[in-house]
Formats: sequence, C-alpha cells, structure tokens
Amino acid sequence: MAHQKKNRNVGIIGIGQTKHSSHREDVNQPELIHEAVSLALKDADLTMKEINCVVHGNMELFEMVHSPDLWHVLGTGAYGKDSIRITTGGTVGATLSCASDNLVASGMYDIVMAIGFEKLQEGHTTGGITNMADPLWFRKIQAGALTGSSAYDVEREFGLERANRASLTYRIIMDKHAGLNPNAHRAFGLDFNQIDDLIRTSPKLVGELKLIEMCSQSDGACCVIFACEKKAKELAKTPVWIRDHITAHKEETFNIFGYNRAFPVMKTHKFAAKQLFERNGIKDPLNYFDVFEMYDPASWWAIDWIRDFFALKGDEHLKLVENKEIMIGGKMPINPSGGVIGSNPIGATALIRVAEAALQVRGNAGPHQIPTPVNHALASGFGGTMWTVMTMLEKDLNW
Amino acid sequence: MSDPFKGIEPMVYQSKINVPYSWWAGDTASKFYITLRDEKIILGTKCETCNKVFLPPRKVCPSCFTENREWVTLADEGTVLSFTVARRRFAAIPNNKKVPVIWGLIKLDGADTAMLHYLDEIKPENVTIGMRVKAVFSEVRQGTIRDISHFKPVQ
Repeated sequence: MAHQKKNRNVGIIGIGQTKHSSHREDVNQPELIHEAVSLALKDADLTMKEINCVVHGNMELFEMVHSPDLWHVLGTGAYGKDSIRITTGGTVGATLSCASDNLVASGMYDIVMAIGFEKLQEGHTTGGITNMADPLWFRKIQAGALTGSSAYDVEREFGLERANRASLTYRIIMDKHAGLNPNAHRAFGLDFNQIDDLIRTSPKLVGELKLIEMCSQSDGACCVIFACEKKAKELAKTPVWIRDHITAHKEETFNIFGYNRAFPVMKTHKFAAKQLFERNGIKDPLNYFDVFEMYDPASWWAIDWIRDFFALKGDEHLKLVENKEIMIGGKMPINPSGGVIGSNPIGATALIRVAEAALQVRGNAGPHQIPTPVNHALASGFGGTMWTVMTMLEKDLNW
Repeated sequence: MSDPFKGIEPMVYQSKINVPYSWWAGDTASKFYITLRDEKIILGTKCETCNKVFLPPRKVCPSCFTENREWVTLADEGTVLSFTVARRRFAAIPNNKKVPVIWGLIKLDGADTAMLHYLDEIKPENVTIGMRVKAVFSEVRQGTIRDISHFKPVQ
C-alpha cells in the first residue's frame, strides 16, 4: 500500500456533539448542526474566524436533500470559507476525520473543522441505500443494514446458547455504558439478569438478530476541530494526536474484478487492522490500546468483529465479552460511550467514534471516562457492504 | 470484421423507487407559520450583533454565528428585488394558479433578506425590479407559506 509518513502532525483541539435522540422536532437540520459546531468552538475556545476549512458529511440522500452542505451553511459557519463535502456511506464520519487529518497534515490548512450529521427521523434510509447499487444487475439485493449472517456464523461456531448469551452480554454492557453518557440516545437500564428474558422476548428481525441487539436510528450531529502541531500546541491544553488512519473496501459480489486468489476473502476489518498495526509496529494491539471506540451496528457484529480487529484466536473474543473485560474498568474497554447501539445519527456516528476516543485520551469524557490513564486509543468506522476505516489516537507525540 | 452490435437496439431498463420524506420545521419556522396562520402577522428574527433581520426567520445568524433571540414584526409591504415568469405548467405550480405565474424575491420593509413568493394581480410585462408590493393573505390559512396568497402591486 502506498503510504508515507505524515508531512506534519495533526491534533484534535475541539469536540462537540448534540444530545442524540430519536427525534429533534425543535430544530431543523442546520439548527441541529449549529449546536454541535457551537459546542466544538466553545470546547476549543475558538470562533469561526480561526477555522480555515469546513469538511461536511452525511449519508447521501438519507434526508433527500441534494448538496445539503449549501443549506447547512446556516449552521456550519462555512459561509465565505473553503468547504468540502464528503459522503462515503456509514464510514462517512470516519472519512471526515481522515480527510481533515490529511488536509491539515498536507499543509493546505492549519485548522479544519469536520462536521458529521444525520436527522434520520426525517429520512428514508433504505430509499437512499437502494440507490447505491448498480441499477441493472445488483439493485434488487440492497436491503439496508439488517443482516443475520454474523449471528449465524457465531452460532455455528460456538453453539446457539453461548452465542446468544455473548451477544446479549455485549448488548447489556453497551446499555450500561450508554447510561453513563449524557449524549447517548438509548439507555434502557438493562441488567445481566435479563439476558434469558431478552433472548426469549425480543422480536427477531432476521434469523437470530433481535430488535434489542440492533442499533437505533438517531438525530444528532458531531463536530471535531483539527489543527497542525504548532497551532494545536498553542491553542489546546491537551491536543489528541492522530497517529495514523487506514481505509479498506472490498468487492463483495465478485462482479467487477472477479474472485482473485491472490487476495483471499478476508474481512475488511481484519485486513485494515493488520495493515495499520504492522506499519505502526504494534505487535499486540490488545495490550497496546487503552480503549476502543468501535462502530458496532449490532451486538452480533460487535462480538464477531472484536476477533477481527485484534487478531484473536479461537474464542478469545467471546471470553473478553463473557468476562466483561470490554466494560469500563476492564482489560480493553469498548465503547464507553455506549457505541452505535446506543446512538446512531449515521453521518455523525463514525466521527463520534473518533470524538469519543479523543475525549477518553483527554481524560474528560464525563461520567463514562475510563478510570485508568488512556494513552493510546483506537476508533473504527463501518459502512457500505463491508468497508472499514480505522483511526489511531495518541496522548503523546512520541511514536 | 463484422460489427457484432449490428441490429442491436440498446434496451432501456425501467425502474422506480418510492421515497417518502418529512422535514421538521423546527421551533423557529413553526413560530413564524403559527403567527402567520393565527394573526396574519409576518415575523422575522433579528441578530443582536449585526442587527440584520431575517425573513425567512433564521434561528442563528449565519454571519455572526450567534442565536437570533429577538423577533421583529415586519410590514406586509416590500420591494421586488428580482422576479421570473413561468409560462408553462409544471409540478411545482399549485392547481389553483394559472400560467403565466410570476415568482418574485420580495424584501419586506424591515427585513434584510428576501423571501420567495408569487406576484399576482399584475401582468408579467408590467412587473419591474424595485416595484412596491403588498401581501394578500389567504381566507383559509393552514400554517403554510401560502397563508400569504400572493403579493400585489401597491396602488
């Protein structure tokens, strides 16, 4: 992979997000965005005057507004500034972060603001997603984000009872984390003694994928401000440094390039993680990272993906969940924010992963702050049929 | 070499998607529409920093980036900044409007920004930029922008 060392270092110096909710009828889209932007500016103690470029993104056509960044200028503050719109599906929030990092690292801009947003209450997600596929050959199979295939895979490997219990344990841990995060959309107050009841009573969506295990549709916005090393050190007490990021896509239907034995089918999460850790000399990511903000659209995917990201063997990933090592206070806390299962304003969701990971590094995430020091954080984005974006954050510029 | 596509008529693949949407107006626009419907009053919002008055009302001043907390009652008269004439029917023209339909960008007295609305009770050839116009309210008002039926020339 063509990848060179960064031209200059980039730090996160401002973070803002709305309270995520099933509906925000009190505000329109630019008004919602303005809330996150104002909070990020306040957090960085900056005004729009200091922002050189605004990078805006959300899911294409989810709210049926073409070029929404133009209308949203009412809330983004991009009037009279350089501005770029990015839309890469579910990963868009993570791509906003990557693009902002690259824009600053390149020397093009000193301070860049990334804004991810979604108002799913207003939208029609399947209508938007259906338009993704080749209209002649593959459109008919686009069903959106619901799939029971991960559940099927985990069940087949570990048996239905253990698989179901692991999935629900993960789900309840996310609910407990969301309960600590004041911005989280859904926090039901679930407890582990409800696992058997939930397995029995939660409506099944596809196969063993149950309603309780699936992410929400949320309204919300997130804004993150990136600055070059010089500015970051001048402006922020604790800038959070972006060490590296990686993006991986794969062709899932073999209808363009066909199946190539030189690239055996490997999940993009596993592929991206392997590349990212290798080129950064990280041999044991499970020990290296102090927190992982993972894009977890459903608990089945989540438990399966832990193995992919950390290259775990056998049932190590399930044991991490079963032994609650992924809880705040555990060996590898995953999603102290409550994750995507807790809040999912899609265009903001993957940027929230980066933002929440950065808050953990800064040490002021709020009630869901990890009690032990966070020096190395990992964030992931997921989208499309199988796309991955991963971002590594560091407390110190010492790698 | 013979042309392998000789006699091949390109086919057309017919498809259709159905995408229902709804947009929340938000508190700010809702207050404007409710006041228009119930009181026949046109409200704008005012920026306390740059003193600009916005119609359509904006919650946030896009220049100063501060919240517009002040509401201002605007006159029902204003000036035509620009206009266009539709001489053929298309979907956006309501059934009760007959072509030619005139759209104007109208800056009401007291506002700094223009609103889009219909000009009527005048022939297209007589409309001029800078002309004075007055709002005509609808008899039946339902909380939409058409609670103002149209703008007519000030006599």
